[in-house]
Amino acid sequence: MSTPPSPRTLGVGRVLIAVYAILALAATARSLVQIIEHFETAPVAYILSALAGLVYILATIALVKRGPTWYRIAWITITFELVGVLVVGTLSVIDPQLFPADSVWSYFGRGYVFIPLVLPILGMIWLRRRRSEILEGHAPLAARS
Amino acid sequence: MIEIFTWVQVAVAVTAGLLCVILGLAGKTPADLTMGALALVEVLLLGQLGVALLAPAFGNTATGSVLEFYVYLVSAILLPPAAGFWALVERSRWSTVILGVAALAVAVMVYRMEQIWFHQVA
Repeated sequence: MSTPPSPRTLGVGRVLIAVYAILALAATARSLVQIIEHFETAPVAYILSALAGLVYILATIALVKRGPTWYRIAWITITFELVGVLVVGTLSVIDPQLFPADSVWSYFGRGYVFIPLVLPILGMIWLRRRRSEILEGHAPLAARS
Repeated sequence: MIEIFTWVQVAVAVTAGLLCVILGLAGKTPADLTMGALALVEVLLLGQLGVALLAPAFGNTATGSVLEFYVYLVSAILLPPAAGFWALVERSRWSTVILGVAALAVAVMVYRMEQIWFHQVA
């Protein structure tokens, strides 16, 4: 905590990061329980849930870090989440047999009060808005290191 | 799990969450009231842990997955200290909002724990 706060974690972005951290914890922990307890019932869905959880963790880290590389990783992970929730959400509505109702993205994240659907969109709006600040904020740090 | 205690806990967590979110959006930095509300949420969670550990000895057992129940409980117990730590490091209005978000997440998790204990069929 001795490092100066990165510009991207200022203001409302802190709340976004906190929500990401909670979702990362919830999705990862839950998928681990599912894999331990009844992996054989839906291996694909549970592995996808675990992958989603890991990507949420990576997205949380990417939102905290500064610089163009992390900025790109933030975009990639958040896009992955949006595509994931839209594809899995749609498939689960069309064919409920395909994904059990309790995976992170089933029914567009209904089990998580639709936070998985809303969060990547908010994340994208925020990354876009603060783009110049984030990339500028990187310059003095890179010069120092 | 004691049903009435659980619902009181959900109500306290929701109240604390809304209080912190509203005060945070109103521009208040974390203060005794908001930190205290989170401390109360945490104390009730620790009470819930005690109840969960003792209840099976009195024939009050979970109908659902015990592992899933404890993953929720332990995760929930970690949230208020994490948000509180954040509030101590960063004294801004947004830290107050984060205290509220953490309390609301605890409310959802306790609600899930109630479902697992009383309704879920393992």
